Amino acid sequence: MRSAWLLLLAVALAAHADDRRSGRETMSPALRTLQADDAQHPAQLALALGREQWAAGARSCASCHGEPEKLRGAATRYPAWDQGIVDLPGRIQRCRVKHQQQPAWAPEAEPLLALSALVAQQSRGLPLRPPLGPELDQAAARGQRIYTTRIGALNLSCAQCHDERAGLRLGGSLIPQGHVDDYPVYRLEWQSLGSLQRRLRGCASGVRAKVWDWDSAELLALQTYLARRSAGLTMQPPGVRP
Amino acid sequence: MATRAVITLPAAVKPGEAFEVRATVAHAMETGYRSSDEGARLPRDLVRRFECRLDGELVFAADLFAAISANPYLAFWLRADKPGELSFIWRGDNGFEHRETRPLTVA
Repeated sequence: MRSAWLLLLAVALAAHADDRRSGRETMSPALRTLQADDAQHPAQLALALGREQWAAGARSCASCHGEPEKLRGAATRYPAWDQGIVDLPGRIQRCRVKHQQQPAWAPEAEPLLALSALVAQQSRGLPLRPPLGPELDQAAARGQRIYTTRIGALNLSCAQCHDERAGLRLGGSLIPQGHVDDYPVYRLEWQSLGSLQRRLRGCASGVRAKVWDWDSAELLALQTYLARRSAGLTMQPPGVRP
Repeated sequence: MATRAVITLPAAVKPGEAFEVRATVAHAMETGYRSSDEGARLPRDLVRRFECRLDGELVFAADLFAAISANPYLAFWLRADKPGELSFIWRGDNGFEHRETRPLTVA
Protein backbone atom coordinates (compact mmCIF):
# COMPACT_ATOMS: atom_id res chain seq x y z
CA MET A 1 0.00 0.00 0.00
CA ARG A 2 2.72 2.35 1.08
CA SER A 3 4.80 1.67 -2.01
CA ALA A 4 1.71 2.29 -4.14
CA TRP A 5 1.35 5.72 -2.57
CA LEU A 6 5.03 6.44 -3.15
CA LEU A 7 4.61 5.39 -6.76
CA LEU A 8 1.59 7.62 -7.11
CA LEU A 9 3.54 10.51 -5.62
CA ALA A 10 6.44 9.88 -7.97
CA VAL A 11 4.08 9.82 -10.95
CA ALA A 12 2.43 13.02 -9.76
CA LEU A 13 5.81 14.70 -9.35
CA ALA A 14 6.96 13.51 -12.75
CA ALA A 15 3.74 14.81 -14.29
CA HIS A 16 4.26 18.09 -12.53
CA ALA A 17 7.86 18.34 -13.72
CA ASP A 18 6.78 18.02 -17.36
CA ASP A 19 5.09 21.32 -18.11
CA ARG A 20 4.93 20.67 -21.82
CA ARG A 21 1.47 21.25 -23.22
CA SER A 22 0.34 20.18 -26.64
CA GLY A 23 -1.12 22.97 -28.74
CA ARG A 24 -4.48 21.19 -28.69
CA GLU A 25 -4.73 21.55 -24.90
CA THR A 26 -4.40 25.33 -25.03
CA MET A 27 -6.95 25.86 -27.82
CA SER A 28 -10.46 27.17 -27.22
CA PRO A 29 -13.03 24.55 -26.10
CA ALA A 30 -14.83 24.85 -29.46
CA LEU A 31 -11.67 23.98 -31.39
CA ARG A 32 -10.83 21.16 -29.00
CA THR A 33 -14.28 19.68 -29.66
CA LEU A 34 -13.73 20.07 -33.39
CA GLN A 35 -10.56 18.00 -33.15
CA ALA A 36 -11.89 15.42 -30.71
CA ASP A 37 -15.19 14.70 -32.51
CA ASP A 38 -14.62 12.74 -35.69
CA ALA A 39 -18.08 13.65 -36.97
CA GLN A 40 -17.12 17.33 -36.97
CA HIS A 41 -13.43 17.08 -37.81
CA PRO A 42 -12.70 19.28 -40.86
CA ALA A 43 -10.08 16.82 -42.13
CA GLN A 44 -12.67 14.07 -42.68
CA LEU A 45 -12.90 14.81 -46.40
CA ALA A 46 -9.12 14.61 -46.68
CA LEU A 47 -9.10 11.32 -44.77
CA ALA A 48 -11.73 9.99 -47.19
CA LEU A 49 -9.46 11.01 -50.06
CA GLY A 50 -6.55 9.32 -48.28
CA ARG A 51 -8.45 6.02 -48.11
CA GLU A 52 -9.33 6.33 -51.79
CA GLN A 53 -5.69 7.02 -52.63
CA TRP A 54 -4.52 4.17 -50.38
CA ALA A 55 -6.36 1.62 -52.53
CA ALA A 56 -5.88 3.31 -55.92
CA GLY A 57 -3.92 1.76 -58.78
CA ALA A 58 -2.37 -1.65 -59.45
CA ARG A 59 0.56 -1.05 -57.08
CA SER A 60 -1.52 0.62 -54.43
CA CYS A 61 -0.34 1.30 -50.89
CA ALA A 62 -2.75 -1.46 -49.83
CA SER A 63 -1.05 -4.05 -52.05
CA CYS A 64 2.08 -3.90 -49.82
CA HIS A 65 0.88 -2.51 -46.50
CA GLY A 66 -2.62 -3.99 -46.26
CA GLU A 67 -5.08 -1.93 -44.30
CA PRO A 68 -3.93 1.52 -43.15
CA GLU A 69 -4.56 0.37 -39.56
CA LYS A 70 -1.50 -1.89 -39.87
CA LEU A 71 0.70 1.21 -39.82
CA ARG A 72 -0.26 1.99 -36.23
CA GLY A 73 2.78 3.56 -34.60
CA ALA A 74 4.61 4.31 -37.85
CA ALA A 75 4.06 8.06 -37.60
CA THR A 76 5.59 8.19 -34.11
CA ARG A 77 9.02 7.28 -35.57
CA TYR A 78 9.69 10.27 -37.83
CA PRO A 79 11.85 12.05 -38.92
CA ALA A 80 13.97 8.97 -39.53
CA TRP A 81 17.33 8.29 -41.16
CA ASP A 82 17.31 6.28 -44.39
CA GLN A 83 20.10 7.50 -46.69
CA GLY A 84 19.17 11.00 -45.64
CA ILE A 85 16.66 12.42 -43.20
CA VAL A 86 13.11 11.67 -44.18
CA ASP A 87 9.87 12.87 -42.61
CA LEU A 88 6.52 11.13 -42.99
CA PRO A 89 5.39 12.92 -46.18
CA GLY A 90 8.92 12.39 -47.53
CA ARG A 91 8.64 8.66 -46.86
CA ILE A 92 5.31 8.53 -48.70
CA GLN A 93 6.91 10.39 -51.64
CA ARG A 94 9.80 7.90 -51.73
CA CYS A 95 7.37 4.99 -51.69
CA ARG A 96 5.46 6.59 -54.55
CA VAL A 97 8.54 7.13 -56.69
CA LYS A 98 10.47 3.95 -55.89
CA HIS A 99 7.78 1.31 -55.43
CA GLN A 100 4.77 2.70 -57.26
CA GLN A 101 6.95 4.22 -60.01
CA GLN A 102 4.78 7.31 -60.14
CA PRO A 103 6.02 10.90 -60.41
CA ALA A 104 6.49 12.58 -57.03
CA TRP A 105 3.77 14.95 -55.91
CA ALA A 106 4.38 18.66 -55.50
CA PRO A 107 4.95 19.70 -51.86
CA GLU A 108 1.59 20.05 -50.06
CA ALA A 109 -0.27 18.28 -52.86
CA GLU A 110 -3.76 17.32 -51.72
CA PRO A 111 -3.33 13.52 -52.09
CA LEU A 112 0.06 13.65 -50.32
CA LEU A 113 -1.40 15.48 -47.33
CA ALA A 114 -4.38 13.15 -47.33
CA LEU A 115 -2.16 10.05 -47.20
CA SER A 116 0.06 11.63 -44.51
CA ALA A 117 -3.04 12.38 -42.46
CA LEU A 118 -4.37 8.85 -42.92
CA VAL A 119 -1.08 7.25 -41.84
CA ALA A 120 -0.59 9.68 -38.95
CA GLN A 121 -4.16 9.09 -37.78
CA GLN A 122 -3.32 5.45 -37.10
CA SER A 123 -0.90 6.55 -34.35
CA ARG A 124 -3.52 8.44 -32.35
CA GLY A 125 -2.98 8.05 -28.63
CA LEU A 126 0.62 6.85 -28.96
CA PRO A 127 3.58 8.83 -27.63
CA LEU A 128 5.95 10.47 -30.10
CA ARG A 129 9.14 8.32 -30.26
CA PRO A 130 11.57 9.89 -32.74
CA PRO A 131 14.47 7.51 -33.47
CA LEU A 132 18.09 8.12 -32.42
CA GLY A 133 21.32 7.65 -34.35
CA PRO A 134 24.52 9.54 -35.11
CA GLU A 135 23.17 11.34 -38.19
CA LEU A 136 19.89 12.18 -36.48
CA ASP A 137 21.72 13.42 -33.37
CA GLN A 138 23.80 15.69 -35.57
CA ALA A 139 20.68 16.98 -37.33
CA ALA A 140 18.90 17.54 -34.02
CA ALA A 141 21.87 19.57 -32.75
CA ARG A 142 21.77 21.66 -35.90
CA GLY A 143 18.02 22.02 -35.54
CA GLN A 144 18.45 23.24 -31.99
CA ARG A 145 20.94 25.87 -33.19
CA ILE A 146 18.41 27.06 -35.79
CA TYR A 147 15.69 27.05 -33.14
CA THR A 148 17.66 29.33 -30.85
CA THR A 149 19.22 31.61 -33.49
CA ARG A 150 17.66 35.00 -34.18
CA ILE A 151 16.59 35.27 -37.82
CA GLY A 152 14.86 37.70 -40.15
CA ALA A 153 14.18 41.41 -40.16
CA LEU A 154 12.27 41.03 -36.90
CA ASN A 155 15.39 39.40 -35.42
CA LEU A 156 13.50 36.71 -33.53
CA SER A 157 14.37 33.10 -32.80
CA CYS A 158 11.84 30.29 -32.48
CA ALA A 159 12.80 29.96 -28.80
CA GLN A 160 11.97 33.57 -27.98
CA CYS A 161 8.30 32.99 -28.75
CA HIS A 162 7.75 29.28 -28.19
CA ASP A 163 9.96 28.78 -25.12
CA GLU A 164 10.23 32.15 -23.43
CA ARG A 165 6.81 33.61 -24.29
CA ALA A 166 4.65 30.51 -24.68
CA GLY A 167 1.29 31.06 -23.02
CA LEU A 168 1.42 34.82 -23.60
CA ARG A 169 -0.37 36.52 -26.45
CA LEU A 170 0.74 37.77 -29.83
CA GLY A 171 -2.03 40.16 -30.78
CA GLY A 172 -5.19 38.24 -30.00
CA SER A 173 -3.79 34.75 -30.29
CA LEU A 174 -2.16 32.57 -27.71
CA ILE A 175 1.46 31.62 -28.35
CA PRO A 176 1.66 27.81 -28.18
CA GLN A 177 4.70 25.89 -27.03
CA GLY A 178 5.20 24.74 -30.59
CA HIS A 179 4.86 20.99 -30.21
CA VAL A 180 4.68 18.74 -33.25
CA ASP A 181 2.39 15.98 -31.98
CA ASP A 182 -0.61 16.60 -34.27
CA TYR A 183 0.87 17.03 -37.75
CA PRO A 184 -0.42 17.23 -40.40
CA VAL A 185 -2.92 19.76 -39.04
CA TYR A 186 -6.07 21.25 -40.49
CA ARG A 187 -5.50 24.93 -39.92
CA LEU A 188 -8.62 27.09 -40.07
CA GLU A 189 -6.55 29.96 -41.42
CA TRP A 190 -5.37 27.79 -44.31
CA GLN A 191 -8.78 26.18 -44.81
CA SER A 192 -6.91 22.96 -45.53
CA LEU A 193 -4.50 20.41 -44.16
CA GLY A 194 -0.87 21.44 -44.02
CA SER A 195 2.40 19.76 -43.14
CA LEU A 196 4.87 20.76 -40.44
CA GLN A 197 7.14 22.15 -43.16
CA ARG A 198 4.38 24.51 -44.26
CA ARG A 199 3.95 25.64 -40.64
CA LEU A 200 7.70 26.24 -40.24
CA ARG A 201 7.95 28.11 -43.54
CA GLY A 202 5.06 30.27 -42.43
CA CYS A 203 6.91 31.12 -39.21
CA ALA A 204 10.07 32.04 -41.14
CA SER A 205 8.15 34.35 -43.43
CA GLY A 206 6.36 35.77 -40.37
CA VAL A 207 9.64 37.02 -38.90
CA ARG A 208 10.65 38.28 -42.38
CA ALA A 209 13.43 35.72 -42.77
CA LYS A 210 14.48 33.89 -45.91
CA VAL A 211 12.07 30.99 -46.21
CA TRP A 212 13.73 27.57 -46.25
CA ASP A 213 13.18 25.42 -49.32
CA TRP A 214 10.87 22.40 -49.11
CA ASP A 215 12.79 19.39 -47.71
CA SER A 216 15.91 21.53 -47.21
CA ALA A 217 18.54 20.36 -44.72
CA GLU A 218 17.55 23.25 -42.42
CA LEU A 219 13.86 22.29 -42.33
CA LEU A 220 14.62 18.61 -41.79
CA ALA A 221 17.10 19.44 -39.01
CA LEU A 222 14.54 21.67 -37.35
CA GLN A 223 11.90 18.95 -37.65
CA THR A 224 14.30 16.42 -36.11
CA TYR A 225 14.96 18.72 -33.17
CA LEU A 226 11.27 19.55 -32.71
CA ALA A 227 10.30 15.87 -32.71
CA ARG A 228 12.76 15.27 -29.86
CA ARG A 229 11.53 18.35 -28.04
CA SER A 230 8.01 16.89 -28.18
CA ALA A 231 9.09 13.26 -27.58
CA GLY A 232 6.72 11.41 -25.26
CA LEU A 233 3.74 13.67 -25.90
CA THR A 234 0.63 11.81 -27.01
CA MET A 235 -0.15 12.17 -30.69
CA GLN A 236 -3.66 13.01 -31.87
CA PRO A 237 -3.21 13.64 -35.58
CA PRO A 238 -4.63 15.08 -37.71
CA GLY A 239 -4.89 18.17 -35.51
CA VAL A 240 -7.10 21.24 -35.79
CA ARG A 241 -5.47 24.62 -35.26
CA PRO A 242 -6.80 28.19 -35.45
CA MET B 1 -10.84 13.00 -58.81
CA ALA B 2 -14.22 11.73 -57.79
CA THR B 3 -16.34 13.96 -55.61
CA ARG B 4 -16.29 13.03 -51.97
CA ALA B 5 -18.87 13.52 -49.28
CA VAL B 6 -18.88 12.61 -45.60
CA ILE B 7 -22.23 11.93 -43.95
CA THR B 8 -22.61 11.16 -40.26
CA LEU B 9 -25.79 9.76 -38.76
CA PRO B 10 -26.54 7.49 -35.79
CA ALA B 11 -26.19 3.75 -36.40
CA ALA B 12 -29.78 3.25 -35.19
CA VAL B 13 -32.46 5.75 -34.18
CA LYS B 14 -35.54 5.42 -31.98
CA PRO B 15 -38.96 5.87 -33.64
CA GLY B 16 -40.24 9.42 -33.31
CA GLU B 17 -37.04 10.66 -31.67
CA ALA B 18 -35.06 13.47 -33.29
CA PHE B 19 -31.54 12.63 -34.50
CA GLU B 20 -28.79 14.71 -36.02
CA VAL B 21 -27.51 14.33 -39.56
CA ARG B 22 -24.25 15.95 -40.62
CA ALA B 23 -23.24 16.20 -44.25
CA THR B 24 -20.29 17.77 -45.97
CA VAL B 25 -19.23 17.64 -49.59
CA ALA B 26 -15.83 18.46 -51.12
CA HIS B 27 -16.40 21.60 -53.19
CA ALA B 28 -14.36 24.78 -53.73
CA MET B 29 -17.40 27.13 -53.42
CA GLU B 30 -15.63 29.70 -55.60
CA THR B 31 -17.45 33.00 -55.10
CA GLY B 32 -16.63 34.62 -58.44
CA TYR B 33 -15.20 37.65 -56.62
CA ARG B 34 -11.67 36.36 -56.16
CA SER B 35 -8.67 36.72 -58.45
CA SER B 36 -5.98 34.17 -59.16
CA ASP B 37 -2.29 34.83 -58.49
CA GLU B 38 -2.02 35.99 -62.12
CA GLY B 39 -4.80 38.53 -61.63
CA ALA B 40 -7.48 36.75 -63.66
CA ARG B 41 -10.98 36.61 -62.18
CA LEU B 42 -11.80 33.12 -60.88
CA PRO B 43 -15.18 32.13 -62.34
CA ARG B 44 -18.04 31.52 -59.95
CA ASP B 45 -18.54 27.88 -59.05
CA LEU B 46 -21.01 27.22 -56.24
CA VAL B 47 -23.12 24.45 -54.84
CA ARG B 48 -26.60 25.96 -55.19
CA ARG B 49 -28.94 23.47 -53.60
CA PHE B 50 -28.82 20.65 -51.10
CA GLU B 51 -31.71 18.25 -50.60
CA CYS B 52 -32.22 15.34 -48.26
CA ARG B 53 -35.03 12.87 -48.92
CA LEU B 54 -36.35 9.98 -46.85
CA ASP B 55 -37.81 7.35 -49.19
CA GLY B 56 -38.34 10.02 -51.81
CA GLU B 57 -40.05 12.51 -49.51
CA LEU B 58 -38.23 15.83 -49.11
CA VAL B 59 -37.28 16.20 -45.42
CA PHE B 60 -34.60 18.90 -45.54
CA ALA B 61 -33.34 21.34 -48.17
CA ALA B 62 -31.01 24.30 -48.24
CA ASP B 63 -30.13 26.97 -50.78
CA LEU B 64 -26.45 27.88 -50.73
CA PHE B 65 -24.85 31.17 -51.71
CA ALA B 66 -21.46 32.78 -52.26
CA ALA B 67 -20.74 33.52 -48.58
CA ILE B 68 -20.71 29.83 -47.64
CA SER B 69 -17.29 28.31 -47.09
CA ALA B 70 -15.58 25.65 -49.17
CA ASN B 71 -16.66 22.08 -48.38
CA PRO B 72 -20.06 23.24 -47.11
CA TYR B 73 -21.06 21.47 -43.92
CA LEU B 74 -24.70 21.17 -42.91
CA ALA B 75 -26.03 19.71 -39.68
CA PHE B 76 -29.76 19.23 -39.22
CA TRP B 77 -32.25 17.21 -37.20
CA LEU B 78 -34.75 14.69 -38.50
CA ARG B 79 -37.41 12.44 -37.02
CA ALA B 80 -38.45 9.10 -38.47
CA ASP B 81 -41.06 6.49 -37.50
CA LYS B 82 -39.96 3.66 -39.75
CA PRO B 83 -36.74 2.52 -41.40
CA GLY B 84 -35.99 3.73 -44.88
CA GLU B 85 -33.35 5.14 -47.13
CA LEU B 86 -31.95 8.64 -46.84
CA SER B 87 -30.78 10.15 -50.10
CA PHE B 88 -28.66 13.26 -50.34
CA ILE B 89 -28.13 15.40 -53.38
CA TRP B 90 -25.94 18.44 -53.98
CA ARG B 91 -26.47 20.48 -57.18
CA GLY B 92 -24.51 23.46 -58.36
CA ASP B 93 -22.93 25.52 -61.12
CA ASN B 94 -21.32 23.92 -64.17
CA GLY B 95 -23.61 20.93 -63.92
CA PHE B 96 -22.28 19.86 -60.52
CA GLU B 97 -24.30 17.06 -59.05
CA HIS B 98 -23.41 14.60 -56.32
CA ARG B 99 -25.66 11.91 -54.83
CA GLU B 100 -25.27 9.74 -51.76
CA THR B 101 -27.62 7.30 -50.09
CA ARG B 102 -27.55 5.89 -46.57
CA PRO B 103 -29.81 3.29 -44.99
CA LEU B 104 -31.70 4.53 -41.94
CA THR B 105 -32.20 1.93 -39.23
CA VAL B 106 -35.06 2.53 -36.81
CA ALA B 107 -35.12 0.30 -33.77
